[in-house]
Amino acid sequence: MNVANNNLINALSAGEIAEIEAEITHLPDRKSAAIDALKIVQHHRGWISDESLSSIAQLLGVANAELDAIATFYNLIYRQPVGEQVILFCDSVSCWIMDGDKMCDAVKSRLNIDYGETTADNKYTLLPVTCLGACDHAPVLMVGDTLHSDLTTDKVDEIFK
Amino acid sequence: MTETPLTRNINPEKGPTDLTAYEANGGYQAVRDTIGQADPKSVLETISDANLRGRGGAGFPTGMKWSFVPAPSDTGHRYLVANADEMEPGTFKDRLLMEFDPHQLVEGMILSAYTISADIGYIFIRHEYHTAIQRLREAIQQAEDRNYLGNNIQGSQFSFKLHVHVSAGRYICGEETALLNSLEGKRAIPRAKPPFPQVSGLWGRPTIVNNVETLCNIPHIIANGADWFKSLGIGKDAGTKLYGVSGRVNNPGCWELPIGTTGREIVEQHAAGMKKGYSLRGFLPGGASTDFLIDEHLDLPMDYESIQQAGSRMGTGTMIILDDKTCPVGMVANLEKFFARESCGFCTPCREGLPWVKEILDTIEAGDGQPGDIETLERQAKFIGGLGNTHCAHAPGAIEPLTSGLKYFRDDFEAHIKDQKCRYSQEAVR
Ligand SMILES: Cc1cc2nc3c(=O)[nH]c(=O)nc-3n(C[C@H](O)[C@H](O)[C@H](O)COP(=O)(O)O)c2cc1C
Ligand code: SF4
Ligand code: FES
Repeated sequence: MNVANNNLINALSAGEIAEIEAEITHLPDRKSAAIDALKIVQHHRGWISDESLSSIAQLLGVANAELDAIATFYNLIYRQPVGEQVILFCDSVSCWIMDGDKMCDAVKSRLNIDYGETTADNKYTLLPVTCLGACDHAPVLMVGDTLHSDLTTDKVDEIFK
Repeated sequence: MTETPLTRNINPEKGPTDLTAYEANGGYQAVRDTIGQADPKSVLETISDANLRGRGGAGFPTGMKWSFVPAPSDTGHRYLVANADEMEPGTFKDRLLMEFDPHQLVEGMILSAYTISADIGYIFIRHEYHTAIQRLREAIQQAEDRNYLGNNIQGSQFSFKLHVHVSAGRYICGEETALLNSLEGKRAIPRAKPPFPQVSGLWGRPTIVNNVETLCNIPHIIANGADWFKSLGIGKDAGTKLYGVSGRVNNPGCWELPIGTTGREIVEQHAAGMKKGYSLRGFLPGGASTDFLIDEHLDLPMDYESIQQAGSRMGTGTMIILDDKTCPVGMVANLEKFFARESCGFCTPCREGLPWVKEILDTIEAGDGQPGDIETLERQAKFIGGLGNTHCAHAPGAIEPLTSGLKYFRDDFEAHIKDQKCRYSQEAVR
């Protein structure tokens, strides 16, 4: 392994490498940990930069392009910086029936962002998501790990006050 | 009182069922009585006799699926996977089972793994189910501490290690062969069949993928027998089913009922009927990828055969109600936007056809539809949904609400094009 390559892996923290190696122990080969590794690094850094991507690719022994093809397939792997918290707004059918679009407009105007954008203070990024499995409490959204259900415009104001 | 084995421990107000409560109610008894005691072949026979059909949407008989797994002939790994991806729009049943009775799924997986001689298991769960992920991890740890999981379970020769794998998104991961690719760390593109996963699945080894609700039935069938299970259903199908209703009803929710309960009982009794000022126009019986049905079909038993004969599919059994103040064209447009976005991109009819369909629907909904648009949609539906035109069931599923929507709500499509507007958005005074 040459020095330049070593530097790339060094772009990952010892903790990140340890977590990735722990995943690899119960898999038949290093490559199979690709998605786990992307998730681990994203968990620590918020998103996957080009530098993170090459470091992971090298650690797992796969080509950058192959790992990037995997990373960009999955909607919860972010290849661009996101805000401190990601808002996942359910745009599926039961929420739509229950006026989800109106609630989504309320979020957009409250935060002054559209889908795919981050607020000026870098607090939130807004993304659409498929049915969150809470259709009996539609419409719903998630902020980080927290589900907010039975949304009304008042609730939206409360969540993002 | 009808029996509700799957939800007997579930009371969301009281929080999740812990190990003590689970065991106090007979939990893990089936593991203690079966592992190392019963012949896996006889367990498989019980599951086949019970006539359990997969609760993931297709209704494939579980015993038959398991019987395709070859007998162990080498020392390599064999896998059991719980499909906990639950992303079918309108579906909210597996979350309930995992959040409030995680040990039930763990026990179901131990017994299933024993039956097919699997030594490694994965629960493939969507990222957004944080609470379920945490509770399942705790349950697995507790089961390991009691040697219900791990090496030489209950002093037998049988060992089984169970992992939670948290997904990174995309609906297509729920398709079982795409799921396997994702578990292997690849893009979630469905695989060609054959070979079937039972023979060559995860890393080329024998693998069974079952839905969460399917697996949760296993401990009860083993504890109480095939005849008991069959007696739970009302019509031809066996057992209970988690049915759900969402939309403008008074009491949206999810209930465990005898399989074969009528749609009318589910909507009018359990969901307490339509909200004041709304009436039922139609419904999707079991998620986004099932055909619309209308009021007259509510009297059918919600079982696999009856719903299929009516031209739809029971799917996941969670009904989505279209009311008379919601635009059917808008609803179909919402559904096709979802399907177009979630296409994995592997085959042309699905990758190129669904966005086209979505565009046309959006144009009609916006009041810019042209004569001939309906015919274009119908032609596209044939190309995209035709048997064998695509690599997996995503595209045919996507077409189900479109063709049935055009059939039952054609007047609405025509009126949009003729009047160059959506009349529902005008009167959207709810
Ligand atoms: C596009 C697509 C998405 C699917 N999503 C799910 C899902 O989220 N959960 C699930 O259990 N089955 C899903 N299925 C069905 C699975 O492919 C598979 O049939 C099921 O997990 C088998 O389990 P069962 O036999 O216990 O029903 C999906 C199928 C397709 C075609
Ligand atoms: S039908 Fe659609 S989702 Fe299925 S393999 Fe083809 S492109 Fe992918
Ligand atoms: S459709 Fe929004 S939670 Fe199911």
